[in-house]
Amino acid sequence: MPLTTRRVLRTVESRTGGASPLTKALRYVFPDHWTFLFGEIAMYTFLILVATGTYLALFFEPSTAHVIYHGAYAPLRGQEMTKAYASAVNLSFEVQAGLLIRQVHHWAADVFLAAITIHLMRIFFTGAFRKPRDVNYYVGLTMLVLAVLEGYVGYSLLDDLLSGMGLAIGNGVALSLPVVGGQLGVLLWGGRFPGAGDFFSRLFFVHVFLFPVLIGSLMAVHLALIARPHHTQFRGRGRSERNVVGTPMWPAYALRSLGLFFAVAAVLFALGGLVQINPIWQWGPYEPYLGTNGAQPDWYLGWLIGALRLMPHFDVVIGNYTLIPNPFWGGVLFPGAVFGFLYLWPTIERRWTGDRRIHNLLDRPRDNPIRTAIGAAVFTLVATVFFAGAADRAFVQFGVPYEDQLWGYRALTILLPVLVFFVTRRICRRLRASGEHPGRGSGAVMVRRSAAGGFEQLDPEHGGETADS
Amino acid sequence: MRRVRRVAMGAAALLLGAFAVAAWAQSPSTSTSAATETATAASMAELGRSSLVGQGRELFETSCSSCHGFEGKGVKGQGPSLLDAGESAADFYLRTGRMPLDQVGDEPLRGEPRFDEKDIRALDAYVGSLGEGPAIPKVEPAKGSASEGMEMFTESCAGCHGIGGKGGVVIGGYAPPLGEATPTEIGEAIRVGPYLMPRFSEAQITPADVNSIARYVELTEHPEDAGGFGIGHIGPVPEGLVAWLAALAALLLVARLIGERAGDDRDDDEAEQPR
Amino acid sequence: MRARVLTVLGWVWRYALAALVLLFSHRRTVARERELPANTRAETWTASLLFAAALAGLAFVAIYAFDDADTQLLGLSIAVALALVAAGLILAASLVVPQETLEECRPAFADPTEEEEDVEDAALTLREGVDGVTRRRLLKAAGGAAGVGLGTAALAPLASLGPAVGDRLGASPWKDGVRLVEENGMPVKAADLEIGSFLTAFAEGADKEQLATSLAVVRVKPDELELPEDRAGWAPEGILAFSKICTHAQCAISLFRYPLFAERSPGPALVCPCHYSTFDVLDGGERIFGPAVRPLPQLPLRIEDGFLVAAGPFSGAVGASWGKVKEEG
Repeated sequence: MPLTTRRVLRTVESRTGGASPLTKALRYVFPDHWTFLFGEIAMYTFLILVATGTYLALFFEPSTAHVIYHGAYAPLRGQEMTKAYASAVNLSFEVQAGLLIRQVHHWAADVFLAAITIHLMRIFFTGAFRKPRDVNYYVGLTMLVLAVLEGYVGYSLLDDLLSGMGLAIGNGVALSLPVVGGQLGVLLWGGRFPGAGDFFSRLFFVHVFLFPVLIGSLMAVHLALIARPHHTQFRGRGRSERNVVGTPMWPAYALRSLGLFFAVAAVLFALGGLVQINPIWQWGPYEPYLGTNGAQPDWYLGWLIGALRLMPHFDVVIGNYTLIPNPFWGGVLFPGAVFGFLYLWPTIERRWTGDRRIHNLLDRPRDNPIRTAIGAAVFTLVATVFFAGAADRAFVQFGVPYEDQLWGYRALTILLPVLVFFVTRRICRRLRASGEHPGRGSGAVMVRRSAAGGFEQLDPEHGGETADS
Repeated sequence: MRRVRRVAMGAAALLLGAFAVAAWAQSPSTSTSAATETATAASMAELGRSSLVGQGRELFETSCSSCHGFEGKGVKGQGPSLLDAGESAADFYLRTGRMPLDQVGDEPLRGEPRFDEKDIRALDAYVGSLGEGPAIPKVEPAKGSASEGMEMFTESCAGCHGIGGKGGVVIGGYAPPLGEATPTEIGEAIRVGPYLMPRFSEAQITPADVNSIARYVELTEHPEDAGGFGIGHIGPVPEGLVAWLAALAALLLVARLIGERAGDDRDDDEAEQPR
Repeated sequence: MRARVLTVLGWVWRYALAALVLLFSHRRTVARERELPANTRAETWTASLLFAAALAGLAFVAIYAFDDADTQLLGLSIAVALALVAAGLILAASLVVPQETLEECRPAFADPTEEEEDVEDAALTLREGVDGVTRRRLLKAAGGAAGVGLGTAALAPLASLGPAVGDRLGASPWKDGVRLVEENGMPVKAADLEIGSFLTAFAEGADKEQLATSLAVVRVKPDELELPEDRAGWAPEGILAFSKICTHAQCAISLFRYPLFAERSPGPALVCPCHYSTFDVLDGGERIFGPAVRPLPQLPLRIEDGFLVAAGPFSGAVGASWGKVKEEG
């Protein structure tokens, strides 16, 4: 070991007493499974969001003041727009590498939410949310909610035609909350839509400081709550509820993780340079009296546009006054129900199974057919509504009439989750009995030795287990 | 029933046509532009145009009158009157293959034109001769302003056709993508208001405005893709697909490369026994 | 026989030893396997990848220094640099550095018996902190009250974020006599509108961004109209005006369908591009498709000197519904 390392360590130790914790950290054991890296992908994407976002914040002007554009992009010249939109267009065309950073930031946001989604799915289907990690699960869910809102606010800052329409809908949804909706809408926007003059600087502050600090703090708590009980692991030889078997942090795991960070960065920068995202100069600036066909929100809000389009046209009216306007069902109740399910699931499962033990070993999805089936059904519901949101593009692409699609999707949202529940449960039971790998299929046959000494083959459907769990 | 009528009309048209040809056997049958006009040329043009109208009438009787009626007066429940449609409407519908319709009540959609250039001009002339409808506009995108065109397109057209001109749903119909529309077709559609499209007078959208709108539409066919591959220019839907199927898929592959898999460790066989 | 006994004893001894070791090896990591790659080829590769990454990084800087650097080249160069580093690190992680599998004990805090002891200690420590305090309930109540009072005070300024709703959500510039103007400010001439036409108009002198200001003005054939009796004169010469803002979620209604051949096509209607709420214009804005519930508010018009002028306020509330909005029949 070179002398400089020792000198640094001595300095750290004498100031902080940190040498021993450092050793512990270096020897910290990470169980190896590729699905355990999903959360890291999300975390590294977040780091890139913060880095690129910092750069962008130095150029963006969150101002609703109107200007006439005289910049580099000819088709916008002479058009009136807000300074917010103009500064974003300038950033894209007149700041060196500005468009690259902007696109990396936006791609990172899309990928961030995709990574959190598959991470959540991994946690759910392996039962990692069980004690002692249920609190951490709530922390993670809260980060997901914040991330969705953060993304929405972020792309709405640019005041382009598409995101402006999205803000109008957001205001409509806010207004739809029973009793408090009117005041809430006026409070958030500083008045009626499109809002007071400071609305964009308000959004800017929320996007650039408030939510990132919240998400960052929760992430630190999230990591601490993972590190403390140590990461979960799958069953295997030598693995129990009381130990962790895997790779130590130093050197292999740290290098692998760092490698993953650079891979995430590489993918995001490749996309940011090569694949266009949110070309706001093609959409034009937003005004409340303008609209375009085919306007869509970013993918992680697709389930909400689907819900708003699918819900049949009814309000709840008391006397002559509207108690619950229509956007409430799709915009508040539906996401509320889905997140409510997610938040409540650990409690529901605990009550149902009566299992209050700690679990450091993970289930494979097949090991808990009911949980897996219910999770798959809920996911199917959300996915069906999500795809319904793009029915207008499907019409343009494939010619299926929009009105027919709506009815088809409405039927599917009811039928498909039920079907998926039963099919998934069956598959899980079948896999458990047969011991097959779902992807590979071992071709192995289950046998049992009888008392007489011969072997009898077990039927994978009915052999090998007693009661459902 | 309709077939018999069509055959009868066809026979009548043929007779009329034969008579017309015989009557005008001496005159030249090509149409001429209005650019150079001497007295003789003018009368020649008159005759030429008349013969074009005559040819158009023939074609009309055979191909269009079953729905649009004798002399374009319209047939109730089948096809509208074309008396004030003008050559602009005929040109638009015929050039874009929207007419003739396969079935009454179908939405007219762009397709291969059923008539060749000569016949289209003849039919245009005939329909134009029926009344006071708009003439084929002269649209010059180069004289328009892309910026003004974008503003006007946003206000009057993007609601149905999408800001990028990629088309979209209209409840009850379909607003098509504008990629194949020529500047003339754009100008014609604006005045005619085909199928469910609104129409705009010259006071509301002037010929200069039409030039600008056509110029903007041309731009949407080759948009400025400073950011790289445009993935269809329809916004967040393909972007989401790329985020999942390209970015996340790539990162999952990297994760699989880095991490251990359940089957890798031979000692994991215990894990796969049923419990 | 002896051999078998020895085997069994040996078995018992090993497991007892193992049990002792496990019980008392609290938080100690025990190395299980360690493999030293000593792979010079992998090392060479790693070094090459990292050097190549350095070059790619420099390439990025060089491209950046160019005037008008192409976004694609910038992105490609930095992405290549990052990818090379990633490849080098991942390669090193599996083929250059020692490969170890370790086993570590988990902290036992969630173990029920340990949990109880520690919880008792903590509870006791907390309780000791209030030894000798006599009127605990009084102090607790006072503390709670102070918390509520100051908490409310801390949250109160949030109310300044926006005004009280009051009449704000119902504000409208339209009343009898207000002229309609186009986006450029020019008054709207009735004769400029063809049958089947669609125009966005505003109240003269009003803020265009205000929701109630913008209108969708359309023209139909006067004999097509099916307006209710109390709106008989609202559409002079077949010209109708509606609020441009959808009553579902406040998007701008920017689609208008007007049939060229009414006998075989859907009737004239205004459609919203967001969720496709459709409003029939002939009967005064009733909803005929989509999730909107309230009809589209209609503005009565009259023609003065050839210009379009409002003849009164809207027939209903503009924008999305909320608590104080009346549903019309």
